[in-house]
Amino acid sequence: MKRALALALLTLLPLPALAQATGDLGLVVERASGSLLLVDRSDRAALTRIEGLGDLSHASLTYSPDERFAYVFGRDGGLSKVDLIDRKVVARTMQAGNSIGGAISDDGRLVAVSNYEPGGVKVFDAGTLAPVADIPAEGKTIGLVDLPGRRFAWAVWDTGEVFTGDFSGAAPVVTSLGIAGVNPFDAVLTADAHTYLVGLFGEKGVMSYDLWSPETPPQKFLTDYGKTGEDMPVYKMPHLQGWAFTEGQFALPAVGRHEVLWVDSETHADRGATPVHGQPVFIIAQPASPYVWVNFATPLNDTVQVIDSRDHKVVATLTPGKAVLHMEFAPRGAEVWISARDDDRVLVYDTRTREKLAEIAAKAPSGIFFTARAHRPGL
Amino acid sequence: MPKLALFLAILPGMALAEIAPEQAARLEHIVTQDCGSCHGLTLRGGLGRPLTTEALAGADPATLATIILDGVPGTAMPPWRPLLTEEEARWIADYLTTKDQR
Ligand code: HEC
Repeated sequence: MKRALALALLTLLPLPALAQATGDLGLVVERASGSLLLVDRSDRAALTRIEGLGDLSHASLTYSPDERFAYVFGRDGGLSKVDLIDRKVVARTMQAGNSIGGAISDDGRLVAVSNYEPGGVKVFDAGTLAPVADIPAEGKTIGLVDLPGRRFAWAVWDTGEVFTGDFSGAAPVVTSLGIAGVNPFDAVLTADAHTYLVGLFGEKGVMSYDLWSPETPPQKFLTDYGKTGEDMPVYKMPHLQGWAFTEGQFALPAVGRHEVLWVDSETHADRGATPVHGQPVFIIAQPASPYVWVNFATPLNDTVQVIDSRDHKVVATLTPGKAVLHMEFAPRGAEVWISARDDDRVLVYDTRTREKLAEIAAKAPSGIFFTARAHRPGL
Repeated sequence: MPKLALFLAILPGMALAEIAPEQAARLEHIVTQDCGSCHGLTLRGGLGRPLTTEALAGADPATLATIILDGVPGTAMPPWRPLLTEEEARWIADYLTTKDQR
């Protein structure tokens, strides 16, 4: 009884203004309930749930430079600004009918959203979420990343065209980089902002753009990969945000195959393939290590594998839970947090022992985003 | 009045292919989660078009079941035959075309 009273009081009292440091916090997307779980990395615990964010399937988010605010890109076109200290949504706009992701400019002033319906890129003031620019496209935009100098890059699924947009001046300057190929499904920027890789779904291959010397013609690679074998149906689009760059190589998901592909990051020469448990979805490099971690598309999505990038061998196979959707590393690599959607759990693993350290209850968790992302380009 | 309620309660069940309740729950889960990864969790569209009852108005469930089993060649819509039986695909097609009326 006393307990119930205390609980009731707790829920009635307004939350005190907490002066909590945010450097070890993170947000977990709870896709079915339209909520975010605020987590503390050091305590390996959930702090609170932030609700009212709409349709969060496929949702992603990015952080302000001071790691106080998260910009959440919902599938339903909602753009929400969440305050990690006051633990609530502080601004929200329905900016399109259907959107897929976004990015924040290098100076933290602009937030760009990539939309499916109507297609295009919309840019907002990071402070107020007031609209700043609207760049229509002839189709669904994908692979939006930030480039240095208040610029962004993106591609269009329907036409295959790739663009950069410069928002540093009074009016935006949009430049076409040409056609990457048939149906680009995602794109990613290397951490040095040198190479923009555009993965193709409608044909074999990956197009590589040299953003340091834009006059260099783009290079297509992996074009004849697997032409002999029969490809399997793709039940989940692989993500490229997680493409790993390690040991001078790109580790790429083979679309429609149970393989991770290794490509020389300088010459784009084929460096081999690793047979894996299923169709890779995310391939993520464990920071400060030679390892990459891979999760898989349904129905083989209860498993995570660890591959050594030096010899391309699988060194560990874990089964963290049902429907593993995402993995996020502590910025220095000591831990990895793994979401198991159908177990309603986030699992914390030690990356050295690969033993489970903790479990955190979450409602159908998908993406996990630590605030350290605030300081990484292309995220 | 009670008669009407009874009628309403039975109708959806009759419209759907013969599937045990626990299996129906599994299929519903597949629709939201797995189809939802391309068509949107609320099925209002993503990379794939909307699959709301409204968007599918007038569509023939048998045709939809075939699309689900065989996919749409040349697009990202994969064939689900390796993962679903014909009965299951038909149940999903019926479910998609009626669910917002229930
Ligand atoms: C990998 C992405 C993907 C997944 C997963 C997916 N679809 Fe699709 N689906 C598509 C695309 C893309 C189209 C549109 C094809 C076209 O352009 O005609 C489509 C089209 C359809 C259509 C035809 C719609 C119409 O108006 O003609 C149906 C029905 C459909 N999907 C059902 C499903 C069901 C049911 C599932 C889950 C069992 C599913 N899809 C999973 C990508 C996907």
